[in-house]
Amino acid sequence: MAVNTGVIGKTYPTAEYAVGREKIREYAQAVGETNALHLDVTAAREAGHADVVAPPMFAVVYSFPALWPVLFDPEVGIDFSRMVHGGQEFEWGPLVVAGDEITTTVSVADVSERAGNGFYVFASESVNARGETVCSGRWSNIVRGA
Amino acid sequence: MQPGDEITPLAVTPDRYLTVRYAGASGDFNPIHIDEEFAQQVGLPGKILHGLYTMAQVARAHTDVGGGPGSLKRLGVQFRGMGLPEHELVVTGTVRSVEDGVAVVECGCEQNGKRIIRNAEAELRLRLRDAS
Repeated sequence: MAVNTGVIGKTYPTAEYAVGREKIREYAQAVGETNALHLDVTAAREAGHADVVAPPMFAVVYSFPALWPVLFDPEVGIDFSRMVHGGQEFEWGPLVVAGDEITTTVSVADVSERAGNGFYVFASESVNARGETVCSGRWSNIVRGA
Repeated sequence: MQPGDEITPLAVTPDRYLTVRYAGASGDFNPIHIDEEFAQQVGLPGKILHGLYTMAQVARAHTDVGGGPGSLKRLGVQFRGMGLPEHELVVTGTVRSVEDGVAVVECGCEQNGKRIIRNAEAELRLRLRDAS
């Protein structure tokens, strides 16, 4: 299969995500979190947080809106029926709490072809309203060859 | 926490409807995760777990031993094969190094004897009393 390495470095419009208390609780319950910081506002405040704290992997939720444009970019040309999520990496900064507004920017970090399969790595950078990077992500997808 | 230490394993069995709740919570509604018939039509044994749900279990094993959500500095994983609902997931990890208050843990997740997350590495910020 042919891959378009010309898109390496392409950056997409930023997407904003307003972090809601009930969304954090819904996510925390879905992944089985039992830490009260994610579920109980009083416990979170007693621990010094402004509101319930997002589990680290909640990064998926606030990053997703910024990822759709690259996944559907015809210049990138991903065939979803052949795509598998190969790997994922996140590095976290300050904690995200309910009430935060997170802005995420996504770019194409790498595109390559090996053994007829396409390898796509997308980079995401999420910052809070204070300009602090709360999470950097590397999303690796493999598109199997025909 | 010292090199060679194993982190407390985390075992969880996602129930039959977990993928539906995770789809709603995460926003990933790919039908291979929530529609049994669709999944079988594309050659899967049935609905499969979201890789990022399984990764969240690996993250949770680390924040549980690290003392909370702020302890997880970095997590990188590779997904292999597929996870299934109603089968137990077991997350394990071994501390490889401890330096400058950060523990590096080699970790992974197994289901039915198969490693569905492998080559995973976590960095944990140790609490001050553990960092010395």
